[in-house]
Amino acid sequence: MSVDGDPPLIQARGLTKRFGGFVAVDGIDFDVHRGEAFGFLGSNGAGKTSTMRMIACMSPVSAGTLRVMGLDPATAGPRIRARLGLVPQDDTLDLELTVRDNLLVYGRYFDLPRKLIRQRTDQLLEFAQLTERANDKVDPLSGGLRRRLTIARSLISEPDLLLLDEPTTGLDPQARHLVWERLYRLKQQGVTLVLTTHYMDEAEQLCDRLVIMDKGRIAAEGSPRQLIDHHCTREVLELRFGPDDDHSALADKLDGVGSRVEVLPDRLLLYTANADAALAEATTRGLSPESWLVRRGTLEDVFLRLTGRSLAD
Amino acid sequence: MPVLYLTAMGLGLGSLVNRHAAPTRLGGVSYLVFLAPGLMAAAAMQSATMESTWPVMGGIKWTKTYHAMLATPLRVSDVLYGHVCWMALKVSLVSTIFLGVMAAFGAPRSPEVVLAVPVAVLTGLAYATPFAGFVATRQSDQPIIAIYRFLIIPMFLFSGTFFPVSQLPAAIRPLAYVTPLWHGVSLCRALSLGDATPAAALGHVAYLVALTVIGLAIARRTFASRLAA
Repeated sequence: MSVDGDPPLIQARGLTKRFGGFVAVDGIDFDVHRGEAFGFLGSNGAGKTSTMRMIACMSPVSAGTLRVMGLDPATAGPRIRARLGLVPQDDTLDLELTVRDNLLVYGRYFDLPRKLIRQRTDQLLEFAQLTERANDKVDPLSGGLRRRLTIARSLISEPDLLLLDEPTTGLDPQARHLVWERLYRLKQQGVTLVLTTHYMDEAEQLCDRLVIMDKGRIAAEGSPRQLIDHHCTREVLELRFGPDDDHSALADKLDGVGSRVEVLPDRLLLYTANADAALAEATTRGLSPESWLVRRGTLEDVFLRLTGRSLAD
Repeated sequence: MPVLYLTAMGLGLGSLVNRHAAPTRLGGVSYLVFLAPGLMAAAAMQSATMESTWPVMGGIKWTKTYHAMLATPLRVSDVLYGHVCWMALKVSLVSTIFLGVMAAFGAPRSPEVVLAVPVAVLTGLAYATPFAGFVATRQSDQPIIAIYRFLIIPMFLFSGTFFPVSQLPAAIRPLAYVTPLWHGVSLCRALSLGDATPAAALGHVAYLVALTVIGLAIARRTFASRLAA
């Protein structure tokens, strides 16, 4: 984590983004410290990508202040972009070029010498496990390979700060885990990571700290553990009933069991410190669910608590 | 393409035209000699339009390559000027090849024809910059198809490439004079025939330069508002 007294790598106060009359980002405050993995967790439309684009100096700030590496994006955009890497949500690769050429062209945008680009390309292809495909055209590559190439490409300038917008959306589980593992490696090497995601497992796995965003505002902030401890119980009992059962009436019967009951269209969520005991009590009170499961509290529950909706909305 | 057109139209159609037209109608030259420089300017228009429409939409919306560039130290103006330079390069290549084919067919009547290459490039740019600026405001390729259907094809057919615009009814002749292609065709032809006057040349060049510059100004604004919003 950061050394005390080290200024934050990114600092936002009252950060706002408006598109005409629509407010995408509504006066948010956050700090990102050097060396940490910071996340913006929220459902689609929460304002995560708009925030990311402002940090990446690709979209002007509508109001508030933003400082990236101590500089103001309004005046030092190219200088900041020279020191950060971006993995956008859409890969934006040159499909007709080869894997290697994509890295060369991108490196040249940073005005890096060709010899240096060649050296770094070999290292990056190794890192992304793309060495065997180095001379293949990008168009036929799968989504997972393309994403790894996009990540490799973002590192060609050896940035201190890496921004990732929904890095594993659209990838199969194996590809996702590979990407997470590579990102974790980067973090260990000291690269500061800032990512947006709507996947709670991604946020829990990768982030040291995160903010939950909803409708352009920050609903909560903290480490995954802190957020779960603060806004959720240790365990959750999920009860599934028939489609014709009145969920609200069933929830009333559970009054007093556990700390809270959440009524969803397809099930009841009972928040408690001890789910097994809660299940026993529920049965005693005459509830006979079609199925049930016991799990730990997650960021999904935190999101549901704070916004009343699930992350997938 | 140049070989096909010059053979089919220049020689094939041309032999018919030469046999039946009064020699003064085409300025005293055979149809092939009349046609070739016009085709060169038209080819410049076609390749410039091709490069300034679909690839611009692709860079913004489909493969999003512009967005990739903007995540680097490049600015929107760098992306625009860079792509315009590529368009100019492409048209230069097409025009130079055309010049070679023309020469092989014996069409040029004057060494000034070499200057037709930069004139063709300028003609292309007069289309490329406004089209790029326009496409940047669009969401689909339907407007691009409309450009071809309602602008490019009519201009290709009626701006003096295949027959002198003096053949057009007086009422619609001014429409031809407004097109960049007519200016490009007129000057390329004059250079190829060796009868370009400095005044006329300056006029044509000035018109094409003005369109290019205005197009670039429009494109700077539309690119910025689309890409750096």
